[in-house]
Amino acid sequence: MPSLKDIRNRITSVKSTQKITSALKMVAASKLRRAQEQAEAGRPYAVRMGRMLASLAANVAGGPGGPRLMTGTGNDQVHLLVVMTADRGLAGGFNSSIVRATKRQILSLQAQGKVVKLLCVGRKGRDLLRREFPSLITASFEEVGKKRLSYADADMITAKLLEMFEAGEFDIATIIYNKFKSAITQEVTLQQIIPFAAPQAAAEVADASVRPVYEFEPNEESILADLLPRNVAIQIYSALLESAASFFGAQMTAMDNATRNAGEMIKKYTLIYNRTRQATITKELIEIISGAEAV
Amino acid sequence: MADKVEFELVSPEKLLVSQPVTMVVVPGAEGALGVLPGHAPMIVTVKPGVIDIYGNDMVTVTQRIFVAGGFCEITADRVTVLAEEATDLEALRRQDKGGLEKQIADLSEDLEDAKSDGERHAVEAKLAIAQAKLELFGQSVH
Repeated sequence: MPSLKDIRNRITSVKSTQKITSALKMVAASKLRRAQEQAEAGRPYAVRMGRMLASLAANVAGGPGGPRLMTGTGNDQVHLLVVMTADRGLAGGFNSSIVRATKRQILSLQAQGKVVKLLCVGRKGRDLLRREFPSLITASFEEVGKKRLSYADADMITAKLLEMFEAGEFDIATIIYNKFKSAITQEVTLQQIIPFAAPQAAAEVADASVRPVYEFEPNEESILADLLPRNVAIQIYSALLESAASFFGAQMTAMDNATRNAGEMIKKYTLIYNRTRQATITKELIEIISGAEAV
Repeated sequence: MADKVEFELVSPEKLLVSQPVTMVVVPGAEGALGVLPGHAPMIVTVKPGVIDIYGNDMVTVTQRIFVAGGFCEITADRVTVLAEEATDLEALRRQDKGGLEKQIADLSEDLEDAKSDGERHAVEAKLAIAQAKLELFGQSVH
């Protein structure tokens, strides 16, 4: 049976843990708000880019010899998975759910006889995946947007991705990230970014007769050649933003739970502490009384 | 026909301008082009330069914004500029001129050191942006 002092120490230690988790929760909540704002601010650009690209694609589509970023390499042998996790843990199932989805995807692709390569964004994902698939990881990025996520971060990842694509190191690229649903729920999302797949809805609008006939300056091909890499960067950027917002959401929820659990634990220990204390007092009283009776 | 055209300037990080304007001049890759309401639909690449937003009398410039290249979509009633980076001209002029000159010198060196074609293109693009910024300082003297 633990002594009173042991229990007292346990209570103090749980209390200080609770202080840390509740502080982390506050931090996550304020960062979440900022990340959410940033994600919203980035949306208009992505929407307009999609609209422009859809009308361009409708003009160029069908013709052979289009840019490879749109038509693909004509092969689907080598898949590249861009895995987006966080650099830090303490966020519940945030990182592990991504890693689990990645593993499932790797195994199903390998079962089909495809070659899989990995590009990790975020330290946690790299560490976890390296244990099981050390040979698949081709590159990894850490501490992306540590202070504040900027477009330049997405640009850096895109540059690497395009360089690999130009070198013919993969045929199809897919990003795996947590899509932000609400502060308490995230959804693991797989999204193909290379070759470019026009969103269905946008394609339908582009097909409608209301679509204006555009003139192009300098010409369709060179604009498209410029626009497609930019589009990849934008998709990565918005995935990074979603992932960041999801991370803080997950962290906030996890820390909220931890704080509540710590509260329960403190209550339980306090009860045990008081019982033990009373038991000691009772025991001492019995000893005194029986001692007095014996005299 | 409306007498105004809806002008939007967006960078990846936020929506910078969204307002109806009478005329706007965009630095296209093949020459600046002024857009008035009812313009033919066009998609244009934008080079580093200044976007001028004109007031109602079409003579005075109400706002000047520096963009570091991008794309511009024009329809009869809408002008959308997707810029990589955009700064208000006044804010840009407050920046350090010496730093910009140094940046150009550094980039010129990088250009000589660039190994692959891709690398060279990237540096050239940065150089063009920095030079366009520097030219603006020249203008501000007048």
